[in-house]
Amino acid sequence: MTAPTGSTQSTPRLPFGRIFFGLRQAGVRVSPTEWMTLMEALASGAIEPDLNSFHAIGRSILIKHEAHFDTWDQVFTAVFGEGEMPVNITDELLDWLETPLERPRLTGEELAALEQLDLEELRKRFLERLEEQKERHDGGNRWIGTGGTSPFGHSGVHPGGIRVGGEGGGKTAAQVAAMRRFRDYRNDRVLDTRNLAVALRKLRRLNRVEGEPELDIEMTIDKTGKNAGELELAFQPPRKNQARVLLMMDVGGSMTPFSRLVETLFSAASSLNHWKKFENYFFHNCVYSRLFKSMTSGEVDSTAELLLDRPRDTFLIIIGDASMAPSELLSANGAIDWFERSETSGLVWLHRLRAHFSRCVWLNPMPREHWRGYTLEVIESLFPMFPLSIEGLEEAVEYLVKKGSPDPIPELDPRMLRV
Amino acid sequence: MSATWNGTASYIASPDLRRIVNASIALQKPLLIRGEPGTGKTLLAQSISEGLGMPLLTWHVKSTTKAREGLYVYDAVQRLYDSRFQDKDVSDIRQYIHFGPLGQAFRAPERVVLLIDEVDKADVEFPNDLLHELDAMNFTVTETGDLVEATKRPIVIISSNNEKELPDAFLRRVLFHYIEFPDEALMTEIVAVHYPQLDRELFASAMAVFYETRRAEGLRKRPSTSELVDWIAALLAAGIGPDGVKGEDGIPFVGTLVKRERDLAIVRDLHKPRRRW
Repeated sequence: MTAPTGSTQSTPRLPFGRIFFGLRQAGVRVSPTEWMTLMEALASGAIEPDLNSFHAIGRSILIKHEAHFDTWDQVFTAVFGEGEMPVNITDELLDWLETPLERPRLTGEELAALEQLDLEELRKRFLERLEEQKERHDGGNRWIGTGGTSPFGHSGVHPGGIRVGGEGGGKTAAQVAAMRRFRDYRNDRVLDTRNLAVALRKLRRLNRVEGEPELDIEMTIDKTGKNAGELELAFQPPRKNQARVLLMMDVGGSMTPFSRLVETLFSAASSLNHWKKFENYFFHNCVYSRLFKSMTSGEVDSTAELLLDRPRDTFLIIIGDASMAPSELLSANGAIDWFERSETSGLVWLHRLRAHFSRCVWLNPMPREHWRGYTLEVIESLFPMFPLSIEGLEEAVEYLVKKGSPDPIPELDPRMLRV
Repeated sequence: MSATWNGTASYIASPDLRRIVNASIALQKPLLIRGEPGTGKTLLAQSISEGLGMPLLTWHVKSTTKAREGLYVYDAVQRLYDSRFQDKDVSDIRQYIHFGPLGQAFRAPERVVLLIDEVDKADVEFPNDLLHELDAMNFTVTETGDLVEATKRPIVIISSNNEKELPDAFLRRVLFHYIEFPDEALMTEIVAVHYPQLDRELFASAMAVFYETRRAEGLRKRPSTSELVDWIAALLAAGIGPDGVKGEDGIPFVGTLVKRERDLAIVRDLHKPRRRW
């Protein structure tokens, strides 16, 4: 094997470091613990000396969600793309083992975890492995190669350093990675009912309430003891989810492309059967004095009544693209519907909702990078806005159930309104 | 670590899965398996236990399962009860300690395969409560002070349906593999295990309908391997030929493929001629 080719030389960091930091830059929080496990796997020979093995086992150690498999494949392709193998793994591993603390962007917790690992021990085992290999001169069935020899002198390895043929149906790991089969599992992609339901399940408020009582063993023992050994059972009420959820969905014209998505979220939420109370309403572009109970029957509830009735700690989730003509948001009688005559502008209604419900979010089906336009910006300054994707929904739920006092309510600037 | 697992006759594993299972055995780390229902997560543990000739212990996790129950349960109520009637020596606390699957795996004289099935069903904190025990492979029975320590570290397989996110601290300590839904080639092999004599034409048209159904948008529960196997059994029992698989009246025995009413409607729509405006 000759010296590394151009691309490896031009980058100061050798491939393994590039994988680690490539993954972290791509948002996959690989921890030092996992990285050290990978190093151990390499040093102990648990990973065989070919890229297929590294691709599979490396992924199983570093990546803990199929949503990140695609990122792994991309980083893997970026690092090993041309079928280049890291020529001097030894130096890189030693380099990494010697100076792991110089690496940037680790949190205090992660650094603490790193310090607890026995680096010296790992280093020793690694060097032993290296020594053993020098003696045996088989140079082929371990990862570690020494200067001048092929790093992976396995029979049937092509000059690029990848094992071809054999299991896996002839695709090299780089090729498999380049196929990006896991693109569909990505987190930032909008997913199906089940995934949305999983995200929504975290929306809860647990309290002990009435219901089938559970045996309280501690209390039973206590009471029995006090009762001179005569068994006395004690019960306590079970923990139940007390969360109330109010879902309002925009079904206006510009929302049509997202109707399936919104429907998916709606069916996920309504099938969950997990909250104390779940209610849903529809509106057209913006909320005014009335909210539709169904999209077809025209049955309505008064928004003002909702504001009186519903407890303030109800979780309010509004779904909409927040895009409309400015007059629909700001003017009296601004509603696009002929029958909707409200002296109060949409923005004032939205502000009332925001002020009444202490926990509310706005989910926007458009991807974040398309969030622009006047009305969207106004609404975004009023409601915490999240994209309607798995990750966005998770963020939104996290925001909703977050402990501590709710965010202050933004003031409404009356000069914005058009009378 | 000499033990190597290569799949078994009844369990067909991809090369990646074989590599990862063996790496997790060598590194002595639990292996977390996730995948759609029906992709054989539970069967994997059985196959590892068969292939390596080790006994299998299974811990079925339920929504009410507590981490401690996997180690041991101290039956305080029974002891109180016995003390009341004084027909047993209640001073011997050990007779009220019942070991759970994890405790049994640690105490086993030989190396065992331990399957923690559907770990995500339990409370969100459940996996965190097991961290120490899975790392150190020991625990202390608080009531007696006895230390239970694994002499042979069990091979731990953990399956998850992704109902709940698992905590990061837990994920850092395991290896992870996602079992993809079998592609047509692998599915052919799997079905061949069940029906070696299956008519090729019937199989081809059944597979076409099956994958078309799976691709239907909006299904709550997409049909999986076990549904396909059941459906083929129904087709065979009724003597339906390759042409009957997608007849005029839709798919025969469609109820074996999709189980929910809403899904059924979607699948029926799927096979109707498209309406044109």
